[in-house]
Amino acid sequence: MYAQMIKSEASREDPEKLAAFQARIDAGDKIEPKDWMPLGYRKTLIRQIGQHAHSEIVGQLPEGNWITRAPTLERKAILLAKVQDEAGHGLYLYCAAETLGVTRDELTEMLLDGRMKYSSIFNYPTLTWADMGAVGWLVDGAAIMNQVPLQRTSFGPYSRAMIRICKEESFHQRQGYDIMMKMAAGTPAQKKMAQDALNRFWYPSLMMFGPSDKESVHSEQSMAWKIKMNTNDELRQKFVDQTVPQAHYLGLTVPDEHLKLDEETGHYAFSQPDWSEFFDVLKGNGPCNRERLAARNKAWDDGKWVRDGLLAHADKKAARKVAAE
Amino acid sequence: MSSPNSAYPDIPEATKPKRHEWPLWEVFIRGQHGMSHRHVGSLHAPDAEMAVKNARDVYTRRNEGVSIWVVEARHIAASSPSDKGPLYEPSESKVYRHPTFFDIPDEVGAM
Repeated sequence: MYAQMIKSEASREDPEKLAAFQARIDAGDKIEPKDWMPLGYRKTLIRQIGQHAHSEIVGQLPEGNWITRAPTLERKAILLAKVQDEAGHGLYLYCAAETLGVTRDELTEMLLDGRMKYSSIFNYPTLTWADMGAVGWLVDGAAIMNQVPLQRTSFGPYSRAMIRICKEESFHQRQGYDIMMKMAAGTPAQKKMAQDALNRFWYPSLMMFGPSDKESVHSEQSMAWKIKMNTNDELRQKFVDQTVPQAHYLGLTVPDEHLKLDEETGHYAFSQPDWSEFFDVLKGNGPCNRERLAARNKAWDDGKWVRDGLLAHADKKAARKVAAE
Repeated sequence: MSSPNSAYPDIPEATKPKRHEWPLWEVFIRGQHGMSHRHVGSLHAPDAEMAVKNARDVYTRRNEGVSIWVVEARHIAASSPSDKGPLYEPSESKVYRHPTFFDIPDEVGAM
């Protein structure tokens, strides 16, 4: 899940309008940008879609880290394509957020100065090549778990962005699992590396779904508005149930001594991640928070002359055209 | 649509920096099979030429199309959501515009 801990905003609008709006959502209508919507719906969505977009963009960094060091030319081309896809996903989502009345530059600035967040997962380092496997398999796997139901979200532009993203995301997870299969079937040292990557990414992946929100009022409001389709616990359980057999297939061990299949329900019992670590990472104290934001800020600052130059060129061309007419 | 301000009131006006944002373009792509161009999304670009290049880089990465149109978003005229009733209701009562309105005997054959 790329959007974590999204607070929904209370709405103080005309109760009749709010009821009509809710009725549209309950009837399965899509809300489009020019339709009336409660301010709370608008603000919550800007926060959620914005955070999701930022996660796609910052998410390029841990994987970009390995492009130049991929073990073969084919792996390099695949990883490059995946990281390019993430840029596209960020773009689709920024465009969806922009239809709500926030500008691209505002969103970028709020990421760069820390007012908006991105997913906690990208504050963990990618130390070995096996981490590229673990990220695709687990991190993209967790993201898919969240994004597939969001294809049915009530806000049209968000739903359409999710549909495009989900089409491409499956490639991401499969290429990750493919790396894991290769590593797990390799030399003892390679298998050890794969196990180490699973050990380090397992709990941060479980954190991606956010803390339990069964009792959360924010969650309740977002679910009524259909901008959140499942509780965090539901999605986390689904992820564990799907992923554990995949780990077994690889011959790897999930780092949880309490992991146990309940034969009756068909669900795995599992240990919760360390939530104090999660909150600490959100506060900015994860292993890579500073590095990630510094890299985004540098890219934005270094790219300024390109943005300005292209705009100046476009202005000049337009002025010449006017003069010629 | 309300202004960015009302959508994100947490940003104080005074701290808003001057913007030099590239304009927004809507992207339309013709798929492989001779269909009409279809809206696929939007992007920012300084001019039309760059908009086509960016559209190619973002929206045709998996052979999605054979032709791209871009148009600056501000040039699109659109119907308003509040016109929904007056604009589309008149056709609701005109069921005879559909071929299924007419019963043609089986003996006549395909029609």
